[in-house]
Amino acid sequence: MSHDVPSVSLIAAFAGQFARHAKALINSPADVANPLLFFFMVVTLFPLGLGPDPERLSSMAPGILWVVALLASLMVSGKLFASDFEDGSLEQLMLSPYPLAILALAEVAAHWFATGALLALIAPVFGVMLGLPSEGLLVLTLSLLLGSVCLTLIGALGSALTVSIRRGGLLLSLLIIPLNVPVLIFGTTAVYEAVVGGNWVSWLALLGGLALGSLALLPIAIGAALRVSVDT
Amino acid sequence: MPLLTAHDVGIERGDRRLLTGVSLSINSGELWQLVGANGVGKTSLLRALSGLARLGVSGEVQRHGSLLYLGHASALKLSLTASENLRYHPACDVEACAEQIAAALAEVSLSGLEDRPVGTLSAGQKRRVALARLMLSPASLWLLDEPFTALDAAGCEWLERRMREHIAANGAAVFTSHQPSRFGALQRDLDLKHHVA
Amino acid sequence: MWTIIHKMGSPPWFFRFSGALVRWLLPLTIALLCVGAFWGLLIAPPDFRQGNSYRIIYIHVPAAVVALAGYYVMAFAGAVSLIWRIKMADVTMRAAAPVGAALTAIALFTGAIWGKPTWGAWWVWDARITSMLLLFFLYLGVVALFEAYENKTAAARACAVLSLIGTVNIPIIYKSVDWWYSLHQPASIKFMGESAIDSSMLYPLLLMIAAFYCLFVVAVLLNMRAEVLWRHRESGWIQQLVERA
Repeated sequence: MSHDVPSVSLIAAFAGQFARHAKALINSPADVANPLLFFFMVVTLFPLGLGPDPERLSSMAPGILWVVALLASLMVSGKLFASDFEDGSLEQLMLSPYPLAILALAEVAAHWFATGALLALIAPVFGVMLGLPSEGLLVLTLSLLLGSVCLTLIGALGSALTVSIRRGGLLLSLLIIPLNVPVLIFGTTAVYEAVVGGNWVSWLALLGGLALGSLALLPIAIGAALRVSVDT
Repeated sequence: MPLLTAHDVGIERGDRRLLTGVSLSINSGELWQLVGANGVGKTSLLRALSGLARLGVSGEVQRHGSLLYLGHASALKLSLTASENLRYHPACDVEACAEQIAAALAEVSLSGLEDRPVGTLSAGQKRRVALARLMLSPASLWLLDEPFTALDAAGCEWLERRMREHIAANGAAVFTSHQPSRFGALQRDLDLKHHVA
Repeated sequence: MWTIIHKMGSPPWFFRFSGALVRWLLPLTIALLCVGAFWGLLIAPPDFRQGNSYRIIYIHVPAAVVALAGYYVMAFAGAVSLIWRIKMADVTMRAAAPVGAALTAIALFTGAIWGKPTWGAWWVWDARITSMLLLFFLYLGVVALFEAYENKTAAARACAVLSLIGTVNIPIIYKSVDWWYSLHQPASIKFMGESAIDSSMLYPLLLMIAAFYCLFVVAVLLNMRAEVLWRHRESGWIQQLVERA
């Protein structure tokens, strides 16, 4: 509140919150490994379901990889604020003299490094497994890096809105899947264009624009949603 | 000087009205205990005073000064160590160096356990980690929800001493407890049974 | 302006005002619907390519247009509720969501019926239908989120945040789906392009759109009146209403 004179700078507070969640993630490697494992398992299902024809798989690879990345982000975002809600960290975060949006962003950033960014870096391996032509591999990583910023922020909003609701898991998917559609379209199209030698740069630019817009707007919405969730 | 004033505060939960007409002014050097049976709304009132609860809260709460709130949940990450939990506390109101944190943990008799993950500590020890914030925070007003829970006799004695120090240093505190008065003439009681809606 | 907002916020005033409004608007809606439907379904000439099957646009297009507008109404009410903490705005949002979802469902359903003679399939991943489907999900999300919260004030806050983000996202969704469609489909399939519509077909369509707007307002008002009655069932002014009736 306005009366408080913070004894820590905003940057230090952001860094502190980032460190808190980064360390918590490092100490529980299963939480980091699970989405990657999920990605791996689901990618395996597609050749089994669609048949092993390399041509067909390679033409579908951009879509498959992006949809699975979206599902993986959906799976982890439900947990984003869950433990903070249960252990009372969210209450303390509300009472902090700093803007909630900024502190929540620190937590989302740590989460993004451990899930979205990591997944983007590993995705080319799965791309190779599905026969994605090598021209698409770099763009796949770049598009996932930018796109997962949006996916993580939208997932964080969904988590913030549903964290106080028992059995909020299915509800979370309903809330965030429609919001994720533009990210999916821009991301798959960028990879697809890179494979056919088209203009993938403009699609990446669109994704970058979405990421910036999400970074500007969504933390405020996440903060507002967290306040509601703590106050029920 | 009042650190917190509440005027005609009423609390509703869902469709049910819990409390009405709570007015109080908490000055520095004062110690208040919220008294009342289970479910009467002690925690709800404390949350309303802290500003955490706004929905369903009528009336006015004004705060002049920094606040430390300790709820039922102690805001500890189980996979972090005791000192990490204090260093990266989500309230972000303390910038403590390693020595200060070690001293605070020693004060709550947790020396030697600083670098153990909090998940491996007992319930009483976890509570002590949360209470170590009372040594670090510069806040003048403390709102403590059942601070004596899970503490052993020595822990209760320490907490009582720490609260007396804080009051003596011109701080103020509001706490809830089922146990009868610990602080004798020093404390004022706010009995919520007079405010039940 | 302020006095109006505050008056709108008072449930007894709203109840009287909306009662009067519905008494006027309901006959008007029915009249518009009858005239528009009669004109569109019987008098307007058949389309030279689609014959008579095109006539379903007199239901499909108004439902789709008003469904989209309804989302903005809902989000606007959400913003009012967040900024000015006016309870009637909560009620408006709560009332608009299921009506909008129903209109979206009608648009989807009529779109499918229209698709059968036009494309030979009940469902085609056409840009407009896909966007409509996503709008349907957005509505369902708001309705489900509202139901999931026990505390209805909190529910309204949460839904307001969600619908505001949805509002920002809708143009992006529509645009991206448009691009997605034009990338994946050869242009020749899009024969329902921006072809000019003859005025003999347009006037009944505009009439039907007006009728659907009125229908939306009436449905939302009735919904709101039911909610206000329920919320204030114990209060004096409702007891008086009941005694007088």
